[in-house]
Amino acid sequence: MTPEFSRNHFELLGLPVSYTVDAAALDSAYRELQGRVHPDRFASASEAERRVAMQWATRANEAYRTLRNPIDRARYLLALKGYDTGEESNTSMPPDFLMQQMEWRESVEGGRARRDAGALEALRREIEASRAEMHALLARALGGDRNYDAGCSLVRKLRFLDKIEAEIDEALEAILEGAAAPRPARHVKGTA
Amino acid sequence: MSLLQISEPGESPEPHQRRLAVGIDLGTTHSLVATVRSSAAECLPDARGRVLLPSVVRYGPAGEVDVGYDALALAADDPANTIASVKRFMGRGVADVAKYGALPYHFVDAPGMVAIETAAGLRSPVQVSAEILKALRARAEESLGGEIAGAVVTVPAYFDDSQRQATKDAARIAGLNVLRLLNEPTAAAIAYGLDNASEGTFAIFDLGGGTFDLSILRLTRGVFEVLATSGDSALGGDDFDQAIAMHWRVAHGLVDASGRDTRRLLAAAREAKERLSADEAADAQVTLTWGQQLHLRLTRREFEEITAPLIQKTLGPTRKALRDAGLAVEGIDGVVLVGGATRMPHLQRAVASFFKREPLVNLDPEQVVALGAAVQAHALAGNRAAGEDWLLLDVIPLSLGLETMGGLVEKVIPRNSTIPVARAQEFTTFKDGQTAMAIHVVQGERELVSDCRSLARFELRGIPPMVAGAARIAVTFQVDADGLLSVSARETTTGIGASVVVKPSYGLTDDQVATMLRDGFDHAQADRDARALAEQRVEADGLAAALRAALELDGDLLSVGERAALDAGMASLAAAREGPDHRALKSAVEALNRASEAFAARRMDRSVSRALAGRRLDEVPTK
Repeated sequence: MTPEFSRNHFELLGLPVSYTVDAAALDSAYRELQGRVHPDRFASASEAERRVAMQWATRANEAYRTLRNPIDRARYLLALKGYDTGEESNTSMPPDFLMQQMEWRESVEGGRARRDAGALEALRREIEASRAEMHALLARALGGDRNYDAGCSLVRKLRFLDKIEAEIDEALEAILEGAAAPRPARHVKGTA
Repeated sequence: MSLLQISEPGESPEPHQRRLAVGIDLGTTHSLVATVRSSAAECLPDARGRVLLPSVVRYGPAGEVDVGYDALALAADDPANTIASVKRFMGRGVADVAKYGALPYHFVDAPGMVAIETAAGLRSPVQVSAEILKALRARAEESLGGEIAGAVVTVPAYFDDSQRQATKDAARIAGLNVLRLLNEPTAAAIAYGLDNASEGTFAIFDLGGGTFDLSILRLTRGVFEVLATSGDSALGGDDFDQAIAMHWRVAHGLVDASGRDTRRLLAAAREAKERLSADEAADAQVTLTWGQQLHLRLTRREFEEITAPLIQKTLGPTRKALRDAGLAVEGIDGVVLVGGATRMPHLQRAVASFFKREPLVNLDPEQVVALGAAVQAHALAGNRAAGEDWLLLDVIPLSLGLETMGGLVEKVIPRNSTIPVARAQEFTTFKDGQTAMAIHVVQGERELVSDCRSLARFELRGIPPMVAGAARIAVTFQVDADGLLSVSARETTTGIGASVVVKPSYGLTDDQVATMLRDGFDHAQADRDARALAEQRVEADGLAAALRAALELDGDLLSVGERAALDAGMASLAAAREGPDHRALKSAVEALNRASEAFAARRMDRSVSRALAGRRLDEVPTK
């Protein structure tokens, strides 16, 4: 049996429904909620209560995970307002952003090929700056402006930044692993 | 704001009546059992004062089973029947164990998990582990003078679902009530954090006999939050022994050594390794099966050289955990070393240089996991005193996903998600009129199904025939607080579609576990029934007490009719409790559990509502 969850993530954690979230308040509300519903609190309770506890703790984790991450939070807030960010279906981007995307992609590839960790780190900083800018715009779009279409478009852009950052991490990791590659493990090979 | 304290709903009605609970570190080379006595955790020693129990089981020709030092003493003479490091085979297939190199056992391929041919017959690693757990349980019950009400058993954080399930089954076969499977580095963090009242972000570097885990935890005001975990479930101190033994074999031309000689070489290698933590060189004498005397020597420099690749292997997972936690080494406030293998000086140097700080070693690295598990067991058994309030939030180590077209993995729950966690993903049909769908659940980080571990395969049948792509199949993954997965699938457009729930299995079916469970007790049927009845009575009493307490507190949440139904259920339970039939009692327990679910849900809702309302009164709105 699934309990009826009538509260949205914000309400569950006792926070105002808003894109701007006080991180410390979110953390402590989450910990307080888990302190109340976590299965460890019901280890010697009846099976029914343990099951309910697992469902609630699952729900608390989901709410926290969603609200902690700014993109997930924005997407969730837009869904509450009836807007679909359309990240899978809507791939149209403004031309200037497309140009920027291509440049970044080329820089990642170049950095990877040249094994240039410094260039990749610099690119990451550039993307971080861009991300901070977009978050400010997002806060305005979802806050005072109530411009939810602009919000959807910003979420799509931010999602792209996430992807490119993951590619940078991957390239950096490949460089690190390559540098730290162990010598052939001649002595540890088994015979069986 | 500090954590609010609430009483345990299932708390024993007589608070003075402590329930005996233990923490068990089921290790690759050694196992330990610990408990909390007069508010301090301590490891329980055997009759000769030794706290470590070698994780070695020997099956003798007359059906006798030796565990621990007795078995270890026989390892060199009877290698095929003396199972050491069985943890490495838990939930593993023949292809997996082949990677460990020369082993003196007769492995038999069984679906899902290997079995070992012994003098006592075919034994699953689950049964071998159960022997170790039984020995620890006996030690604890003797030392504490009573039955153990529950145990927390630790597993490497990087154990996958099959390995966790196998461990839980082993505990069941050993007659232990598992309160929780706890990740080893998390257990160490609990022991360490509570001992030092620490706050901050810690890396737990845990290199045991056979597994390596690296966990990053944040400790804030009584909450232990695992941020990321990583590791290698096939890397440990044993590999260092193997490397030394192989070095000697190559040096002395002993490539085809017998099982017995391999054992002797390994024993000498382990001794040499341990001595090299203090000495510059170690000498060993080994007498081979055909009488040849070998004089073996290893300098610390040689040792460090041949094992450097193994040390390097720990750094990849370490970097990965830091990245997953979104931290640089500068963000780590302390590094804790866990596991006997972390005594090696060159390993300590490597850790210190990676983290740019000296690691903390003020708790015994071999005992710290069992101590932490004991503290958790004490709390879960309901013995937690006021003021000892803390909460543990752990994660799953590996991503869970499904096979999609082309042998690709679609991740459903990413690694390092805080548990319990549930996630649903929608899939659709590929062909017109398709009425069944094969669902393949996998665990791992790679993109190809063939590179991940297969956890379960099942079929969803009875999908109403529709055009391709019209059906909506929602597959839901639920991971519980032990890190164990269950999967359900449902066709959602019609609402009448089929629904399936599976628990992944690693080859042992519930029936097989039940058989092993029965084999574990050398009792007549009557004894078994008596035991089952006693166990069910404990269960029934617990349920009745919990429900009575709940009704007293929140009985107003029920209508008159609902209350009457629960009262009737409790009356049936009380009647069945006095009867002789454990099966009837079990059904009464199950029926009452089902009947009380809606009540349990409403109580939780009230508890959360009250907390939210309380907070709104306390706090001045920030906006």
